[in-house]
Amino acid sequence: MIRLTVDGSEVEVHDGATILDACNASAVETPTICYADTLTPVNVCRVCVVELEGSRTLVPSCSRPAEDGMVVQTDSERVRHSRKMVLEFLGSGVDLSQADELQRWIAHYGADPDRYAAGADGKIERMDEEVRVQDELYIRDYDKCVLCYKCVEACGDDAQHTYAIAVAGRGHGARISTEFDVTLPDSACVYCGNCIAVCPTNALQFKSEFDLRAAGQWRPEDQTITRTVCSYCGVGCNLELHVQDNEIVKCTSPDDHSVTRGNLCIKGRFGYQYVNARDRE
Amino acid sequence: MQGPAVVDLHVTVDQASDAERAAVDVVVPPDQAAVIVETERLVRGGTARRRERRHLLLPALHALQAEIGWISPGGLNYVAERLQVPPAEAYGVATFYELFRVDDPGHDQSVTHVCVDAACQIAGADARFGELRAEGRHVHRSPCLGQCERAPASFVQGRGEPDHVPADEHEVFQHRQAGDPELRISRRLGVVDPTSLESYRDHGGYEALAAAVEMGPDAIIAALSESGLSGRGGAAFPTGVKWRAVADQQGRPKHVVANCDESEPGTFKDRVLMENDPFALIEAMTIAGFATGASSGWIYIRGEYPRATARLRHAIVEARAAGLLGPDAAGSGHRFDVELRRGAGAYICGEETALFNSIEGFRGEPRNKPPFPTTHGLFGEPTVVNNPETLLNVAPILLDGPEVYRSRGTEQSPGTRLFCLSGSVGAPGVYEVALGTSLGDLLELAGGVTGTLQTVLLGGAAGSFVGPHQLDLPLTLEDTRAAGTTLGSGVVMAFDDSIDMTPVVVRIAEFFRDESCGQCVPCRVGTVRQHEVVVQLQRQGSLAPDRLDLIDDMARAMADASICGLGHTASGAVRSALQLGLIGGGS
Repeated sequence: MIRLTVDGSEVEVHDGATILDACNASAVETPTICYADTLTPVNVCRVCVVELEGSRTLVPSCSRPAEDGMVVQTDSERVRHSRKMVLEFLGSGVDLSQADELQRWIAHYGADPDRYAAGADGKIERMDEEVRVQDELYIRDYDKCVLCYKCVEACGDDAQHTYAIAVAGRGHGARISTEFDVTLPDSACVYCGNCIAVCPTNALQFKSEFDLRAAGQWRPEDQTITRTVCSYCGVGCNLELHVQDNEIVKCTSPDDHSVTRGNLCIKGRFGYQYVNARDRE
Repeated sequence: MQGPAVVDLHVTVDQASDAERAAVDVVVPPDQAAVIVETERLVRGGTARRRERRHLLLPALHALQAEIGWISPGGLNYVAERLQVPPAEAYGVATFYELFRVDDPGHDQSVTHVCVDAACQIAGADARFGELRAEGRHVHRSPCLGQCERAPASFVQGRGEPDHVPADEHEVFQHRQAGDPELRISRRLGVVDPTSLESYRDHGGYEALAAAVEMGPDAIIAALSESGLSGRGGAAFPTGVKWRAVADQQGRPKHVVANCDESEPGTFKDRVLMENDPFALIEAMTIAGFATGASSGWIYIRGEYPRATARLRHAIVEARAAGLLGPDAAGSGHRFDVELRRGAGAYICGEETALFNSIEGFRGEPRNKPPFPTTHGLFGEPTVVNNPETLLNVAPILLDGPEVYRSRGTEQSPGTRLFCLSGSVGAPGVYEVALGTSLGDLLELAGGVTGTLQTVLLGGAAGSFVGPHQLDLPLTLEDTRAAGTTLGSGVVMAFDDSIDMTPVVVRIAEFFRDESCGQCVPCRVGTVRQHEVVVQLQRQGSLAPDRLDLIDDMARAMADASICGLGHTASGAVRSALQLGLIGGGS
């Protein structure tokens, strides 16, 4: 076991745990964007940074292994400042309107994403991407993309091993892309939708959700979520059917389920239309 | 072989041309493919074979770019299949580099890259750009090309001709300090024939390696530690500590990497060393391999250095032929060989972990540290990574002993250093002086300031501006740190008072915006927003207090929360320019 101090209180975590694990163990809530417990930490968003005694810079809690005797501050002025700035930076160029969790943290840290454009006559660089609607299953709205790398990881080494997408370009021009930005049907994409499952900002969303939102009919508060087992094969993946007005509008899978840890295949993720078919009777 | 070798790899229908295939085949011959279908039932392939070959991706992309002037969908597919790299990943790598393009240029001419960074900017880069374009050449604005002593600089990316630097054609290199008995690192510059192993030996070459073999690894590292040598790339990490840490690692392959990706605006010392004393780098790397137990050496050199690349390649071949590299390098009983890799235009690849990713065939994005390269470096294995200047200090330390080495410089900054003098000085170039030499004396050595000194950029774009009142500043690690500045990579760029500093600072901000890899949020967005504020200042002449606060807010977040040194240092020059009143009419 490893003993360290988080915000003045001592906490014990198992070997191999990260500072974030230690924060969680001591009930300190930490904002994360690029982190998910089903993915390898890439520590790129930097919103989870903490102050570590003896370190010149702040350190990302999601990937930094906890060590005996570490003294960690998660709410110092330095930490709050950097977290606020990361949220401001993202909000200044990315459409975070459907990123509820991030909106909560923006309010928490008093981030003001509008102050950049306000002083510059509005002339600032943003993502500026058209929505990519290339099929009936899901859409990619990179105006909402925070480049957290989660979809790339889910498509690649951490779940699907399909490698249909990667980060292309450099700097602020970096984008998630297929090779030469070919359409999804032309790419290696197998439509497992595991990228949608990990997207923190709704940049990737079901076409059904996208259409309902466009029609002003997306009402999460009226939706029920029914957990069931996928009927296609014998693996036993769990499904969460999101139902609105007696129709399935999207399908997710619970992260904490032992069989697939939130992942599905094309059939489980998208193959529910037969349930909605009126002529089944 | 018919059809794709492995069904898992999905590629588009685009096919490579014969020329593209031939170009790639030179770098990745058919028998080196990641998958070889011998017969229907015998297929050589698998994860390990694929991983072992991924490092050929960067050379293969270079081959395509050189052959047809861009990386086409068909060409990319061919490389992807040959190396079994997913095309989306290969595309991600290709789009990372300035010297690669993924759209058809529409012509078959060479492209001239014209440097627009500070030293060239004030020497008329814009005019040069316009002239070349008027001549009908295809021109491209480039970040620092590492030729600041002959600004404005250019570099030709060849089509049907090799890449070359026009200024090389009629330049006969002269070291301005040649003959000075006090020189250590640069004593052979302009004296030795850089293309001749015999000449190198006549000037003391390979004496240090012989001495090193005599001493043995522990004594070598002890001598380095006693000398107090620290890294000359900017971070100033103690070299002895680094070598010791790698030597202590057991049971895994180890590497020596020469970081020759010098790209810090204003820096050209390593280019001058490599062009004029290439064998010295090979010898020092061999000593590093012997001392740390590493068998493979890698030179990662920036793509804009064609002459240094050619000379190093030649030196490697000569050293191999003479048995100085190979299974029993110089009779040491230790296997050591060197492979050279060209970068493709990315400042960030000078960051050591980004450099590893670049060699390995991934995007040149820095890794989070820890773990450090001494345990998890190139290919995840223990790695010594040093730049040429640092490595060239090793021979004098071993031959003369650490005491003699420490007899120059200061207690905390022993030895000598190379400085890159450029801008408003009489005789721009590389100068070797003892650490502790004052800034004013160094400027005098370089022919003095032409005109009245306005400011000096110390340490490069990642450094900071200092004023004429700081000419007494002793150039040491400790004194510059105390003065809130840095030696960085040895850049000393002078600006006389006729120069409008606002465009210079705007360009420095733009440089970081262009060169951020885009991985972490503070740097990806912070460098853009910082540039936007500085452009606003240029437009308006001054900034409102809330904008100045914004600069400070952004600087703190970039310094505190970025992954690597690029973000940490991206605001130093801008803030120091404001503090000194060089821009914005005082603050």
